[in-house]
Amino acid sequence: MVPVSYYFALSAILFTLGALGVLIRRNAIIIFMSVELMLNAANLLFVAFARSYEALNGQIYVFFVIAVAAAEVAVGLALIVAIFRSKQSIDIDEISSLKG
Amino acid sequence: MTVDLILFFGLAAVAVSAAIAMLLSRNAVYSALFLILNFATVAVFFLLLGAPFIAMAQVTVYAGAIMVLFLFVIMLLGAEQVQERQKGGWQRPIAILLALVLIIETGYLIFGRGALSAVIEPAASNYASPQAIGETLFTDFLLPFEVTSVLLLVAMVGVIVLTKEERKKAD
Repeated sequence: MVPVSYYFALSAILFTLGALGVLIRRNAIIIFMSVELMLNAANLLFVAFARSYEALNGQIYVFFVIAVAAAEVAVGLALIVAIFRSKQSIDIDEISSLKG
Repeated sequence: MTVDLILFFGLAAVAVSAAIAMLLSRNAVYSALFLILNFATVAVFFLLLGAPFIAMAQVTVYAGAIMVLFLFVIMLLGAEQVQERQKGGWQRPIAILLALVLIIETGYLIFGRGALSAVIEPAASNYASPQAIGETLFTDFLLPFEVTSVLLLVAMVGVIVLTKEERKKAD
């Protein structure tokens, strides 16, 4: 069978790729998708450790994370639509009205 | 034993390459489709880990509802083609360097200590059945479950308010 540490490593790689996406991309929607990738990597680790300890709590937490992610995506995409309507762009470098 | 390892590495290769393709593709629609592939692969991992309920929730909620919402917004805004100006070009090498540092540190923590050598054994047949999940959810986690419903209601009202305000401005 597969050791838990392999799942840990895969989750770490996916999380790092998500963090890298947040840092290097300028499209607000792609940055949002990278955040979803990071949440998903954390979910994978939750399920792997729940399986390792034969406990159900980890899977329940994943259920809650999915629910919170759904709410977050709905509000975030509404914000992006609102920003696009006022700025005509979703490039995050363009959104600098508060810059002194 | 080897079949499990082959399955794991094959799926891991698909998941990681889908994530990389999501980061690198210029077209936002392709990025969303690669992310759906990644979510589907992670759902298969959940099945391998004996979590059928979570796997189905992942497919319906993440790969279904959330990504359809993403695709809808991308096409609504017409933002498929990203016009990325490389103004802050110094950020990219630093970001890649920091990501490398992060992955090396995590790898050291996972494999350098040797404390995580536990192997995943086949579980009891009724482990994480939807019935067991439901019983835990509605007994031990009843309060968080109710709070989640309030959270979803707040998100729904918030989305309606956000879009309605824009419509008033447009008039």
